[in-house]
Amino acid sequence: MNAPVREISYSQAIQEAMAIAMESDERVILMGEDIGVYGGAFQVTGDLIDRFGPDRVMDTPISELGGAGVAVGAAVTGLRPIFEFQFSDFAALAMEQIVNQAAKMRYMLGGAVSVPLVMRFPAGSGTGAAAQHSQSLEAWLGHVPGLKVIQPATPHDVKGMLLAAVADPDPVMIFEHKLLYKMKGPVPEGHYTVPLNKAEVRREGHDVSIVATSIMVHKALEAAEVLAGEGVSAEVIDLRSIRPIDQETVIASVKKTSRLICVYEGVKTLGVGAEISAMIAESEAFDYLDAPILRLGGSETPIPYNPELEKAAVPQVPEIVDAARGLVRGVR
Amino acid sequence: MSGRARAMQVETETSNLPFIYRQYEREQLLDALRKMHLIRRFEEGAEECYMRGLIHGTMHLSIGQEASAMGICMPLVNEDQITSTHRGHGHCIAKGADVKRMFAEFFGKTTGYCAGRGGSMHIADVSTGNLGANGIVGGGLPIAVGAALTAKRLRTGKVVVCFFGDGANNEGAFHEALNMAAIWKLPVVFVCENNGYGMSTSTARSTAVANVADRAAAYSMPGVIVDGNVLSDVAEASHDAVERARRGDGPTLIECKTYRYRGHSKSDRNRYRTKDEIDDWMTNRDPIKRYEAQLIEFGIATSDELEAIRNSVQQEIDAGIEFAKASPMPSIDGLADNVYTLEA
Repeated sequence: MNAPVREISYSQAIQEAMAIAMESDERVILMGEDIGVYGGAFQVTGDLIDRFGPDRVMDTPISELGGAGVAVGAAVTGLRPIFEFQFSDFAALAMEQIVNQAAKMRYMLGGAVSVPLVMRFPAGSGTGAAAQHSQSLEAWLGHVPGLKVIQPATPHDVKGMLLAAVADPDPVMIFEHKLLYKMKGPVPEGHYTVPLNKAEVRREGHDVSIVATSIMVHKALEAAEVLAGEGVSAEVIDLRSIRPIDQETVIASVKKTSRLICVYEGVKTLGVGAEISAMIAESEAFDYLDAPILRLGGSETPIPYNPELEKAAVPQVPEIVDAARGLVRGVR
Repeated sequence: MSGRARAMQVETETSNLPFIYRQYEREQLLDALRKMHLIRRFEEGAEECYMRGLIHGTMHLSIGQEASAMGICMPLVNEDQITSTHRGHGHCIAKGADVKRMFAEFFGKTTGYCAGRGGSMHIADVSTGNLGANGIVGGGLPIAVGAALTAKRLRTGKVVVCFFGDGANNEGAFHEALNMAAIWKLPVVFVCENNGYGMSTSTARSTAVANVADRAAAYSMPGVIVDGNVLSDVAEASHDAVERARRGDGPTLIECKTYRYRGHSKSDRNRYRTKDEIDDWMTNRDPIKRYEAQLIEFGIATSDELEAIRNSVQQEIDAGIEFAKASPMPSIDGLADNVYTLEA
């Protein structure tokens, strides 16, 4: 708690967490495509190969399915791999090992094994990389019992949650929005953890609850600032984990504000917002609602290349402001 | 080791004998036969229980493939690990599992290896190094490579054997796994049990090369083809591959040519192969009959002794089924047990 706090970037925070984990535990290894001398497609691994060598910072061939499976097998037998997908989109190539093997192995074997595996997925749009390098697929994995799926939104959280993930005996999937990599924030030095199952109230308010994930937390905070200028008090909740979902924090907030907006970058339909909405509809908070629940999610399209279209495909600050204002003033 | 020493002493008399008779003691040879019988009787027993409605779901029987499972496992020690397949009962028994707990698993009981959560298709016994059967064709291949990576990185000295069928050799996972095992020189032995058919589709129709082992060349590893119904040939190939892996020289691909007598699963109408073909394998190439004939021919056992082994196996099977029947069902409250290691 007393460790010095510096401003470092989200990607530096990830790198620092990985280095701390590797220093303290010989079993921790990094695996992924071009994470060695190249340093990773987003330079998250950086120069770790110089500190830990190629046996612990392992470049895999371009074999997502096989690489993921090797990580599963290594985890089951005593290593603690941190596996980087170059882009979260490439998880589609590895779904078999993630969904059928890693997530279920402990259950299928009646508890005889654990799968202490961490997978990192650079996700999201905003980089002009178009439809196959910009998706937010966390809800796919959020649907699978046996996995834990997190979306840290700040440098502080990504470090602490990654360290918690490495220590966790079960497979933890970390979705990292690529636009967050350069974002700076206060991060304590040394080892600390942030729980994998707790949402965080980022801004308190009493008129409307905005539950957001990943980069949308920052957009929601911006929107809340604008709304404050208009006399609307928005509470912003950073969900942080979508499996499990911290129901308690969301329910308490909705009971307080009586209004709910869910903001997430994944495709709106059948996504995280649907789950949060249903969870509230099923909870005691339903009776407190003064307005319909709103979802702001990704458009029902692939992510387009053109920058203006790309922006239009995911929720932006003005939409969040409009939605909140409309809900609070009863204008929709 | 002492088997080898003894063989050296009497080299002049024995040097022409097949591999296992030079390599293993009489007791080990008879134990291998016992396990082959145990595999067959286990599967016949499981099939019977299925027909009588005592076991539900489905199962994939390896009857006819016993020499492959047993021969491959003969050079392994308990700490060595295997990954297995949907047709994996034989691997499980050959690696040392107790048929009581296997039957209990098939019956869905708490005393089963997977506490009744896995059944036939996920049978495993981690205590004897079996990391589990797999319901996904090719699913175990990268996992075995990962286990071998652990062995190399933590210097455990373990060797990992990866069983898979001919069907898996056309999965991408096969190619990715073999490539990674080769570039990282990992202590893994890939064992293709080629029984001629991926469900109903013959290897001739599914696979561009004549032998699965031919594909080893693409991954710079030895590819060895053996008659999978001759115990000694399988054990010899396994011995060489396991030694190579343990020395740190990397992986091997062994292809055991074999045959399953039963259909793919319980839904199989057997319309893709002829009765003559099946009869030929059962009559002329049965792995257990051939091994028993050798044991008698080489003076290792009498037919009375073989009969005694069969009887003791039958008793073990009967006791296993009784154990399974008498074991408790899981409680419904335990539905969500072991989804995670630390319950929320």
